[in-house]
Amino acid sequence: MDLFEHQAHDLFALHDIPTGRRRVALTPAEAAAAAAAIGGKVVIKAQVKTGGRGKAGGVRLASSPDEAAHAAERILGMDIHGHTVHSVLVTDASEIVAEYYVALLLDRAAGGFLALLSGAGGMDIESAPPELLVRAPLDIDGGLTDGLALSLCADAGLPSEVAPVLTALWRLLRAEDATLVEINPLALLADGTIRALDGKITLDDNASFRHPQHAGLAAAAPADPREAAAARKHLNYVKLDGSVGVIGNGAGLVMSTLDVVAAAGEAHGGVTPANFLDIGGGASARVMADSLEIVLADPDVTAVLVNVFGGITACDAVADGILQAYWQLTDGGGPLRAPLIVRMDGNNAEKGRRMLVAAALPGVLTAETMDGAATLAAAMARQEAP
Amino acid sequence: MAIFLTEHSRILVQGITGTEGARHTRRMVAAGSTVVAGVVPNRDGQRLDDIPIFGDVASAVAATGADVSVVFVPPRFAKAAVLEAVDASVPLTVVVTEGIPVHDSVEFVARARAAGVRIIGPNCPGLISPGQSNAGIIPADIAKRGRIGLVSKSGTLTYQLMHELRDFGFTSCVGIGGDPVAGTSHIDCLAAFEADPETDAIVLIGEIGGDAEERAAAFVRDHVTKPVVGYVAGFTAPPGRTMGHAGAIVSGSSGTAAAKKSALEAAGVAVGTTPTETAQLMRDLLAS
Ligand SMILES: Nc1ncnc2c1ncn2[C@@H]1O[C@H](COP(=O)(O)OP(=O)(O)OP(=O)(O)O)[C@@H](O)[C@H]1O
Ligand SMILES: [Mg+2]
Repeated sequence: MDLFEHQAHDLFALHDIPTGRRRVALTPAEAAAAAAAIGGKVVIKAQVKTGGRGKAGGVRLASSPDEAAHAAERILGMDIHGHTVHSVLVTDASEIVAEYYVALLLDRAAGGFLALLSGAGGMDIESAPPELLVRAPLDIDGGLTDGLALSLCADAGLPSEVAPVLTALWRLLRAEDATLVEINPLALLADGTIRALDGKITLDDNASFRHPQHAGLAAAAPADPREAAAARKHLNYVKLDGSVGVIGNGAGLVMSTLDVVAAAGEAHGGVTPANFLDIGGGASARVMADSLEIVLADPDVTAVLVNVFGGITACDAVADGILQAYWQLTDGGGPLRAPLIVRMDGNNAEKGRRMLVAAALPGVLTAETMDGAATLAAAMARQEAP
Repeated sequence: MAIFLTEHSRILVQGITGTEGARHTRRMVAAGSTVVAGVVPNRDGQRLDDIPIFGDVASAVAATGADVSVVFVPPRFAKAAVLEAVDASVPLTVVVTEGIPVHDSVEFVARARAAGVRIIGPNCPGLISPGQSNAGIIPADIAKRGRIGLVSKSGTLTYQLMHELRDFGFTSCVGIGGDPVAGTSHIDCLAAFEADPETDAIVLIGEIGGDAEERAAAFVRDHVTKPVVGYVAGFTAPPGRTMGHAGAIVSGSSGTAAAKKSALEAAGVAVGTTPTETAQLMRDLLAS
């Protein structure tokens, strides 16, 4: 789970990392009130879970409540890299002397955590020369000690006042089960103090069971109504742009199915998948009915491909699930809204296919192979297209 | 031979009395695996079928000579369970459990490295050496014993490729798991297959995200003499969001399916565009 900047700053404050005074505003009027309460010059910042806000015009200076309202007006509703701005952070404008970059993150390749530091922080960190970037693997048991923090600061040419921020960041990372904590810029201010002017934190969703206090940070339900419906049913669904609904078991196989459909679709007027839906290990009638319901609720879908490898769940059970789901969704009557192509392999695949063939449901077809099923689905999707 | 798991392997199951633990233990036994013990705290002296249960891993190892542990313990207790196996010097621990906090995985993977023992997973289907032993949840009857080695993050893609090449058969198929931090990498498996005299050719299955496939490609180029056939899933997956700069700084431009495919091809790996085509590439290769 990625946090908003203001949520990251709340966690910084909790772990003794210096931040500015701040308020969140949802409207220009609220921004004006926040600016008045904070007093003096303020910065109005778009709250979206992506970087590069400054360059996109999502960070603006205001010297009065009026100006704050005006800045908020311009930022609210903006689209930054596909994220719509629904709120702004109002915080005191700092007099910056230097901008540093500090981050702790999971290094997947190394299987551990890594510290990254640079004296060339700010909006252009990605293009900073690599020799200005210090990177150090961190021992999970030893952690980021005072001594190590001081020597990393020295290596990166950062003042020793940054060291306590580093050790605090490590404590935050461990205590909150974060996989990324990044401050860019961590600023040296005119009064000689250090302050986090930005904050990006990613928390590990797998650890939520031991952080009941994080529940309030959870993102609002996904914007797409079908993604929200799927999430309520614990199905892993992602809406895509095409017309072939895809249902399968296991993320790898479903991803592969999307590719095979897109490839087959090239010969059928550029038909592509309409969604990713992983039903996971079990393919019970209930899961199958829920999945078909969600996929068929998408008006873009003109054919559905069910691709299952029967491992733990045998294919006859999957076929049974499909039959029951069919009856549930059609009330025992006519065909589904779109043709359904079923491909099964593995455990009891032959038996499962025979069950579907014997039931002879209108609009339900079986295929022997994944490639064959994808070709059939692509052809049907094109034929059924409005 | 086979890699990591052979007919001599003596398996213990941590969490053997849970629903998944019991079910898959029985499947492993039915597949011919030698399951010698279960471990469940406070159940010392009980049995699952005729398998003795111990209260801790060290006692189970001392009594039975177990040298492989398969972990079905729920996420909350998984770290303690895996550390117990590592501290008892179990040479191979297969962590099937899905949903383990990544900080916990970092801890037990580090401890295993220091102890010189292997972890496979977490969040993995385990591994099978057909006709010899099965440790985890891979269906045992998909393919017979043969001379191909397979490594993959994805369970169902492993099954699909095993199915496609079932007539050739496999020495070992290893599902290394899809979590960001894994005890065993593609490269570890490539090195083991390269060293295994019974493995003639290798199937390498990758998917989008991270740069494991790119690093595997470099390893193939420099260290693998046996033919390798590859498959990468996720060409049509929508690009994920990126937070902050750290991800880009660390992994550069790698991560897309296209980047992985071209890295593999540059290393001399024949890469299929579908699982079936990938299997066909392997058939052609073994026929020539
Ligand atoms: N409170 C503040 N006072 C003064 N200047 C600020 C303040 N907050 C941000 N800035 C300036 O605006 C720039 C961009 O802000 P910030 O880093 O928060 O957004 P961003 O562009 O999304 O960051 P990134 O590119 O790191 O994702 C900072 O580098 C800094 O120079
Ligand atoms: Mg920034």
